[in-house]
Amino acid sequence: MAPTLIIFWGFAGLAVVSALACITRRSPVASALWLVATLFALAALFVLLDAQFIAVLQVLVYAGAIMVLFLFVIMLLNLGRAGPSDLKGPVGLGVGVLLAGLMLVQLLALRHGGPAPALALAPGPMARAAAEQGMVPAVARPLFSTYLVPFEITSVLLLAALVGAVVLAKRKL
Amino acid sequence: MLLEPSLTVSAVLFTLGVAGVLLRRNAIVIFMCVELMLNAVNLTFVALAQQLGVAGQIFVFFVMAVAAAEAAVGLAILLAIYRHRQTLNLQNINLLKG
Repeated sequence: MAPTLIIFWGFAGLAVVSALACITRRSPVASALWLVATLFALAALFVLLDAQFIAVLQVLVYAGAIMVLFLFVIMLLNLGRAGPSDLKGPVGLGVGVLLAGLMLVQLLALRHGGPAPALALAPGPMARAAAEQGMVPAVARPLFSTYLVPFEITSVLLLAALVGAVVLAKRKL
Repeated sequence: MLLEPSLTVSAVLFTLGVAGVLLRRNAIVIFMCVELMLNAVNLTFVALAQQLGVAGQIFVFFVMAVAAAEAAVGLAILLAIYRHRQTLNLQNINLLKG
């Protein structure tokens, strides 16, 4: 087995195990910390898939900002201690596991469906672009040219979210 | 070469997120499971970008921006709910039940 593949499966196993712990831990704080572990493992997978800049963003934005926001809210609401289990009852548990299993079978059936050979570029387009233009420009150039309009719309979305969060969370305006 | 393993891992992570949403009753934990699903999709985008060019990585940017907006607004909603009902257990939040 190639060393890349061994590293890949190592981090993939770490991601899956921490995700499993995240959905089974009773305390929300433990869940959040296990989710951070999953996000770090995913960042490592991104590096292996020629997406170094996305991996850095994953650590900064997801693990650094979004999860800290979650932890803040958990602390603010004083949910840190493990209460009684919030898992659903036997019927809900059975139905949930059944539906999730069904979904897993369907998704795994799709995993062989890679892109059509005619669509694929020459091997390793991302690795090549990063080598030619540098890691960040390879992603930033298309973001500010081809995808400029969606990028600007995103800024409006973030502004709306900002105003909405303040309106919702404030006791009295 | 890494495409098929990536899609497999992504499928497993997405399923774990779905299972979490279906099995838990704590609204914050359900919210974290939604983030897990978004990340599984990000892994698919990045894996396909390795063969199909940069568009997949650009999409991951937008998914992250939407996830950040969703987390901010969603957590504000949870705060507002907690202030009214003193709980985040979805069993006790049943105003819409007939």
